[in-house]
Amino acid sequence: MKVSRRSFLSLIIGGAAGTALSPLPAKLMDDSAIWTQMWPWTPVPEDGEVSHVDSICTLCPGGCGITVRKVNDRAIKIEGMKGHPVNDGGICVLGLSGLQLLYGPTRVKTPLKRIGARGEGRWEKISWDEAIAEVVKKLGELREKGKSHTVACISGADRGTVAHLLGRFLTVYGSPNFIRIPSIQDSYELTMYLMQGVQASVGFDVENADFVLSFGSGLIEGWGSPVRMIKANSIWKEQGKVVQIEPRLSNTAAKSDKWIPINPGTEAALALGIAHVIIQKSMYDTNFVNNYSSDFEEFKQIVLNEFSPDDVAKITGVSASTIESLAKSFARASKPLAVCGRGQGETPGSLNEFMAVHALNALVGNINKKGGVWAVPDPDYIKWPEVEMDRVAADGRNKARIDGAGSKRYPDTRYLLDRLPDAINSGKDYPIEALFVVGANPVYTIPDSNAVKEAFNKVPFVVSFSSYMDETAANSDLILPNHVFLERYEDVPTPVGLQKPIIGLAKPVVKPQFNTKHVGDVILLIAKSFGGRIADAFPWESYEACLKKTLGNKWDKLINDGFWSDSNFKPAVWESAFSTPSGKFEFLNKGGAESIKIEGDKQSYPLILIPYDSMRLASGFIGAPPFAIKTVEDTVLKGKEIVVEVNPKTAKEFVEGRHAILSTPKGQAKVRIHHFDGIMPGIVALPRGLGHTAYDEYLVDKGINFNELIGPVEDLVSGLNAAWGIRAKLTRA
Amino acid sequence: MKEQHEHTKARKYGMVIDLDKCTGCGACMAACMAENNVPFKKDESDKLLSITWMRVYKLTNGKKFPEADICYLPRPCMHCEGEHGHAPCVSVCPAVATDYSHETGIVSQVYTRCFGCRYCMAACPYHARYFNWWDPVWPDGMEKYLSPNVSPRMRGVVEKCSFCFHRHQLAMNKAYIEGRRKLEEHEYQTACTQACPAGAIIFGDLNNPGHAVTQIAKPDHKHGGRPMNPHAFRLLERLGTNPKVYYLSSREWVKRAGDNYIENES
Repeated sequence: MKVSRRSFLSLIIGGAAGTALSPLPAKLMDDSAIWTQMWPWTPVPEDGEVSHVDSICTLCPGGCGITVRKVNDRAIKIEGMKGHPVNDGGICVLGLSGLQLLYGPTRVKTPLKRIGARGEGRWEKISWDEAIAEVVKKLGELREKGKSHTVACISGADRGTVAHLLGRFLTVYGSPNFIRIPSIQDSYELTMYLMQGVQASVGFDVENADFVLSFGSGLIEGWGSPVRMIKANSIWKEQGKVVQIEPRLSNTAAKSDKWIPINPGTEAALALGIAHVIIQKSMYDTNFVNNYSSDFEEFKQIVLNEFSPDDVAKITGVSASTIESLAKSFARASKPLAVCGRGQGETPGSLNEFMAVHALNALVGNINKKGGVWAVPDPDYIKWPEVEMDRVAADGRNKARIDGAGSKRYPDTRYLLDRLPDAINSGKDYPIEALFVVGANPVYTIPDSNAVKEAFNKVPFVVSFSSYMDETAANSDLILPNHVFLERYEDVPTPVGLQKPIIGLAKPVVKPQFNTKHVGDVILLIAKSFGGRIADAFPWESYEACLKKTLGNKWDKLINDGFWSDSNFKPAVWESAFSTPSGKFEFLNKGGAESIKIEGDKQSYPLILIPYDSMRLASGFIGAPPFAIKTVEDTVLKGKEIVVEVNPKTAKEFVEGRHAILSTPKGQAKVRIHHFDGIMPGIVALPRGLGHTAYDEYLVDKGINFNELIGPVEDLVSGLNAAWGIRAKLTRA
Repeated sequence: MKEQHEHTKARKYGMVIDLDKCTGCGACMAACMAENNVPFKKDESDKLLSITWMRVYKLTNGKKFPEADICYLPRPCMHCEGEHGHAPCVSVCPAVATDYSHETGIVSQVYTRCFGCRYCMAACPYHARYFNWWDPVWPDGMEKYLSPNVSPRMRGVVEKCSFCFHRHQLAMNKAYIEGRRKLEEHEYQTACTQACPAGAIIFGDLNNPGHAVTQIAKPDHKHGGRPMNPHAFRLLERLGTNPKVYYLSSREWVKRAGDNYIENES
């Protein structure tokens, strides 16, 4: 039989058409789908012996106790520690996601030295010996040239042994520039110092308060120790009232008993308006005011003359009758408490506002009382011998701080990190030749990101101790990766806002996963390489030995229970509570009072941009891990685009979900619009914690960083950043 | 009447969620993901494709500023009993991959039986079920935290909240070894209950008058488990799904939102 071209083609085409019409392709596809489903690419977690290790979470200053479940040597899950005085079993999104940080792809696995341009991401792996030699060489050169004061260190904390080791090293080395990351702690510490004359942390006996007046504090959105505050909120639901004052219906506002929208930035005036009513109607605590305060009459005159409810109503937009009823409920409550510090409290704020709010607490006499505001001394356990400085160190220490803290202009402020970028960029004082960053991510968290990056680029030697490839590490010259919190020992002194002194102990839950080193050990190694007085100041052979010795007889209790608390602690009685020049509580700030003007003019920028915080987005030095990002709503983040909240009245010309350009004097960004009735007209709210340029693919390049759109505004009395927002406009994209 | 007798002895695990206390912090969602090896993708902002056994919804009252109000509503699987265990999803599953346990009141999901027809997803009025469109991928090294108690799911199957059933199994094993047949209330708690910083979630046996859930929700077993507590309600009560998750709220608009009222309906 002859196969013709025609019959051959018929066979092929007919065969193909027949096959295509038969169930075969579908069947084959289905089979291959089922077959590949059985491929072993779904992991089968290995079983083994289960154990539990107690420790402390250090991902935020909240200081919660955690219990980590392990299977063999793998950490499986982080849970809240039952019975811990801060969180008693509760835990937050970030704490629950801790293992994604431990085992995640953002870890810096070994010391790295930059080989490309700054921020280019090209690194050379080096050994610890080389890394430490590199630091010692650079520091040695600077010291020889008498430039020891040009070394600065940015630290996430100034309490605890690690911070003390850092501070001690800077002291014996000869630099005055130890700078703590700013927060409302700065403002509150200064408030306590100026009004009560004490150097203490502020503690709030929130569990016992029965009327909480919050001036924009995100009580359940990460303010203070987050889990503790959420627990307190549940107590208030049964026996207390909360009034939330802020321009946006935050979660705190929604959960409060009353939400009072206020023109943003006018909180201080409202506090004084409330004070006016309390004083005028003689509802204040006469015992406290008459016997334990010194300048009440002056305060009274100012408040009565300048802050009548009608005047305050004009400024704040809160009606006079509301102000009166607020004052009455506050003063009549048996344990009232007024707090401030916006959102999670990551921006310090104006001193004026903090003092005005604290004055309310004084008026009702709840200082150092049950349900009130307590001055909490730091647990006094770090008792190391005084350091002996050599000549170079003494000279260096005598130089003025680069950030202006403690200067004539800002004599009482301790740290002013927000002023650092400008100080470096303007070159007014002296250049910073070397910068060390520990437990902080300033490139991301400090306002005016462009200025911060510019400043970083002017520093020739930046060393990051970060465990993760965060923005600061990515823009450094040398990374000396610290163990993550689940791999290291560390003491955690009293969590922020707690009313009694406690110490927590973070313990290694698992062995170090990579070639990392405890930052405490690295400081010891650097100091020892110097020899002389510097080495003498560090007589410990390792960080662990130092910690054990420092904690002394508390060590065993800390190892067994995970925390130590001073059960006998009582706040100072009024007779001995105040160390001001008058020995009494002082209402007035002698430095004067100025209101804070935000950046931008009304003509070009008709709207006001404010940030908002959420428990689901970490906005501090840790970036949100994958679990946390997954919990974020699509009205906050859509794909890679950030969503801003605007009142439908203000955003008439913008369709829900559509794009717009948000501009401020500092920068602009493409955003999506979300119509939200819970926000005052004229205001745009942007979530914080997004817009990372570093970390893993689950976080990077999603949304924009609020700090790119805002710059710091200096409080004239304290020098702290008091910017609560910035003028802005929305235009069509 | 033998079967009836067994029913009354059986446990019926359920949950009460206090929406007044819930702050919308999301800890329950993360606790659930960590406990149950729930995977994550690069982009999780398309919530239809985002696997969240526990999902916290944000409700709004629809009013204008300043009367606007919001409320968060955590939504696990409701573990519907329907009538005699005929949960909407159980009735439609052609593979017996999901079943109602009369011993615990838990609606199971057997991944190895599921062939991915997704009938159950269509039947579930609570959107509590999720389909694995892709195989789960953990970044290099992150498989280390996976728990051996819950098997990671493969592509092509449906998954949902199990009331942390593996915790029940572990607790029962322990009880058997100790010669007991019953569990104390604290011995079996879900991961979300344990994590919730607000203490807003309460979990226990709705058949046990000693358990907090029963005392708070006061289920009326004669009338399909309806709550007798006037502050308590269930989602889409009128569908007759007989869910075992009860919600508490003091706000009237929240309670109304729970049953999908249409406008102007009384």
